[in-house]
Amino acid sequence: MTEDQQKVVDFITGRSKTKFYFNDFLEVFPGRGPREVKKVLTGMVQEEILEFWSSGSTTMYGLKGAGKQGAAEGEV
Amino acid sequence: MAKHPTPKLDELESGPWPSFVSDVKQEAANRLENPGKIEHQIPPDCPEDLLGVLELSYKDGETHWKHGGIVGVFGYGGGVIGRYCDQPEQFPAVAQFHTVRVNQPAAKYYNTKYLRALCDLWDKRGSGLTNMHGSTGDIVLLGTQTPQLEEIFFELTHEMDSDLGGSGSNLRTPECCLGTSRCEFSCFDTQDICRELTMAYQDELHRPAFPYKFKFKFDGCPNGCVAAIARADFSLIGTWKDDIRIDQSAVAAYVGGEFPPNAGAHSGRDWGKFDLQKEVVERCPSRCMAYDGAKLRIDNRECTRCMHCINVMPRALRIGLESGASVFVGAKAPVLDGAQMGSLLLPFVEVKPPYTEVKEIIEKIWDWWMEEGKNRERLGETIRRLSFQRLLDVVGLSPQAVHVREPRHNPYMFFKEEEVPGGFERDLQAHRARHKR
Repeated sequence: MTEDQQKVVDFITGRSKTKFYFNDFLEVFPGRGPREVKKVLTGMVQEEILEFWSSGSTTMYGLKGAGKQGAAEGEV
Repeated sequence: MAKHPTPKLDELESGPWPSFVSDVKQEAANRLENPGKIEHQIPPDCPEDLLGVLELSYKDGETHWKHGGIVGVFGYGGGVIGRYCDQPEQFPAVAQFHTVRVNQPAAKYYNTKYLRALCDLWDKRGSGLTNMHGSTGDIVLLGTQTPQLEEIFFELTHEMDSDLGGSGSNLRTPECCLGTSRCEFSCFDTQDICRELTMAYQDELHRPAFPYKFKFKFDGCPNGCVAAIARADFSLIGTWKDDIRIDQSAVAAYVGGEFPPNAGAHSGRDWGKFDLQKEVVERCPSRCMAYDGAKLRIDNRECTRCMHCINVMPRALRIGLESGASVFVGAKAPVLDGAQMGSLLLPFVEVKPPYTEVKEIIEKIWDWWMEEGKNRERLGETIRRLSFQRLLDVVGLSPQAVHVREPRHNPYMFFKEEEVPGGFERDLQAHRARHKR
């Protein structure tokens, strides 16, 4: 795992929620533009470290397998 | 015998209009009979369970669908929308009922071979129910299960040269009108730019990194057949710089009844003799037309491109030759702050391959919105929050009269530091030397 990828994982694991908006990750990389951050996140999805969660209208990122999965989405 | 009694849904079939309930029932019967001997990969009774869950929702007055999830195809952040029923024991065939969005061909031209392949795919791997087209413009395939997704994606991409469309915080599937392919009003090749931008922005379409959805739509003329001005965050709407071309002999032919007005579109009843003065000249919103009984004149400087006169007399009036498009930004539906129409950003831009000027504007807007936009904030909302003036700075445009909606409320003048000679810093000692305490 690269240094950038580790920062993302540390950011996610340091919080109680499991899904994050793209904008949330901008604070992990201060001074770096959204396009650069997107490259890091896209790479992590390709490597199956992260996965997309989509409501249909909005998309979020989370660690693969974390949080509610599949049909359990939306349950307390 | 239907699997679930649906008295409430049956009511929807009783009106004068075609009902989707009849369509779903037809497909339910078709799948049960299976005349084509299709090897259904998801439960064949899913249309019946779909009717059942909808009936229950009508009875309970609340939805029984949960939306969203991690379903998708590998590497794509959009195109598949997870749908799960919250009564899976009662309606097992729709326990999973995911939606797949497929990028439609520009202007929705199909051949029958493609449509057959699409139907065959969806009969086998989906519910057989489609929505052609969704309000997003793309092909919407309704109802499948998670194990089918990669199979569907493979067949779409490898055998049908089709890709998934956009969903989530992505660039959504770009949409355009027929454009110059069939329409004489079109001021630019909508299909070409739609395809070009779809191909150029594949990353934005499939890998979400925007604060929220972002839509491109391209209308070839101000008639707005894809309603870009009301729906798209970034719309191009065809316009022209020079004069409306007038064929006075054709004008006379309309007046004389030789040509039917509106190309015969309202010929279902007798509206009386065509009256050019009443039906065209007096309908002009800027009153820029005059007809003296022999010659039609247009003060083109005052024309607002409403298209009414051209629509009524298409054989006599034609769009100008120096054509391009106006750029509008920030339209959206009313989730927050109500609906917004697009705001005019550029009155005229040339729309010619390779569309460099258009792409530059788009990318500047994206860079700004990705930095400044809040989560789930559409571009129109960001503009409202941070001001249209800020957007002009970002895009590198000077304010013009067309950008001003109303006189300003605030009497103060505000300057930026770079606009003030010497900036905002001052030499306090020099000031005190001139002005004692």
